[in-house]
Amino acid sequence: MKIFIQNLKKFRFLFWELVKKDIKLKYRSSILGVFWTLLEPLLTMIVLTLVFSNLLGKGDDNFPVYILCGRLLYGFFSNGTKVALKSVRKHGSMIGKVYVPKYMYPLSAVISNYIMFIISLLVLAGVMIFEKVKLTWYIFQAFIPMIIILIMTMGVGLVLSTYSVFFRDLEYLWTVACMLIMYTCAIFYKVENLKNPGNEWIFKCNPLYSLIVLFRDAVFGRSFENDMYHLWFSLIFSVVVFMLGVFVFWRKQDKFILYV
Amino acid sequence: MAENKDETVVEVNSDTKTISENESLKTEIESKENAAAQDRAKDGEDVLGNAGDADTVTEEPVKPKKKKKKKKELKKKKKLPPKVIVTENLGVRFRIQEQKVDNLKEYFVRLIKRKLNYKDFWALREVNLKIRKGDRVGILGLNGAGKSTLLKCIAGVLKPTEGTVTVKGNIVPLLELGAGFDKDYTGAENIYFYGSMLGYSRSFIKERFKDIVDFSELGNFINVPVKNYSSGMKARLGFSIATVVEPEILILDEVLSVGDAKFRKKSSKRLEKMMKKGVTVLFVSHSSDQVLANCNKAIILDHGRVIASGKAEKICAKYEEMLQ
Repeated sequence: MKIFIQNLKKFRFLFWELVKKDIKLKYRSSILGVFWTLLEPLLTMIVLTLVFSNLLGKGDDNFPVYILCGRLLYGFFSNGTKVALKSVRKHGSMIGKVYVPKYMYPLSAVISNYIMFIISLLVLAGVMIFEKVKLTWYIFQAFIPMIIILIMTMGVGLVLSTYSVFFRDLEYLWTVACMLIMYTCAIFYKVENLKNPGNEWIFKCNPLYSLIVLFRDAVFGRSFENDMYHLWFSLIFSVVVFMLGVFVFWRKQDKFILYV
Repeated sequence: MAENKDETVVEVNSDTKTISENESLKTEIESKENAAAQDRAKDGEDVLGNAGDADTVTEEPVKPKKKKKKKKELKKKKKLPPKVIVTENLGVRFRIQEQKVDNLKEYFVRLIKRKLNYKDFWALREVNLKIRKGDRVGILGLNGAGKSTLLKCIAGVLKPTEGTVTVKGNIVPLLELGAGFDKDYTGAENIYFYGSMLGYSRSFIKERFKDIVDFSELGNFINVPVKNYSSGMKARLGFSIATVVEPEILILDEVLSVGDAKFRKKSSKRLEKMMKKGVTVLFVSHSSDQVLANCNKAIILDHGRVIASGKAEKICAKYEEMLQ
């Protein structure tokens, strides 16, 4: 434990360098640069609104904002876990040469995506103003799902980065899994409007859906009262998966060098 | 002049060794190894019929008695330098799969077929080393003898299967210079990135930024992405960053041939300066000439075991003999 803190102190600069590198390099050769972080969710929102607003029945909530909430949270989760998954193998050449605390690689990948996610919330703010969504004090509740999703993404990222060292095809499996998660997140439809109400249990098993529900509550000015299940489920799931991630990573990290 | 100096240093070291043996500071194994190495060296000299060397060997048993008093005086003046690297019964085992299974599909197919066969292979076994501050140790051995594995254990990137490694002081590994660079980053950005990887703080690198750029002689290229560098330029930058601070322990894995002749001179000058200041050096090489030129002590690794250790001259002679 003492060594852990010592290392953390010594290598905190590396951590921020890694975060910075991810953000800097992502948009280095593009003309619009970081604006893509804003443009990309905006464009998907427009497409999804055009396609689905007429197909699926509208509810009380403003549809573009409704889509954007789900889309942004899911975007962070899927990008964060995918980058974390590749992070250890990406830095494989360094792992064999210089001693660096290895958890820095997946965690810095998640953090850099989190920063981009926070930047992209500007789009949400813009669209909310444009669509004249009423702002309430409940907006501050949004911090709760935002913190939970960070813990969850780190946990899942740690597990994935560990096992992707040993099994290369995990990357492709995870892409498929992400697709499944996306369709059960109700990003561009409403659960109430589903034809078969017997399938609602699917949404109760998806912690990311729970987080999106909470986030939408905050944005549209509702308290969490009616969604306490989602709050507790996502919170407990995130903490458990984070501890699992730390445990798995810690157990296996000495073997990385033999496989990367 | 310099050579003479070196010799005296070596002698002091070897004699302090005998004293420490008398005081049973050393483990049995190591002293045995030394004795064995001396015997072997003796044999080799007999075969070679090198009269001059044989003389020194026969003289040796007499010498310590004469010199003991002197040495004790010396010891009073100067304590033995502290041990900086100690390995005890170090062993590294690799599991070699007959066919590499690195995807889930294969893994499950084999798990069901019960065909997950491993072959154990010990890359290092029972390695006991005690390296004191200021020692310059050459590690000799053929390909696959375990040299790089040993360095990886000491650098802390590979966890040994058995035994322990204790290292005091900060290590700077000079292995495959420039391997840690991000190719899309410019040279300047890579200085910060690589520096932080070695555990330096940002402000610390900032202070020395100019030194690094000057020493690497990259000039305006420092603002060009590293992917456009030549391999020599990459190595120069890597060397400049890694040696900007004086480390306590330096690991050199056949990197003395960095860049062009001019830079090579400059880099070996910098290394020599460090060695004079008492940096502990681990130097891996195939060539005994390089070890002789740079080291005062040496070990030979063969199939993961230390088969000889002691003064550089003797060990190099033995190594040459091994190669025959």
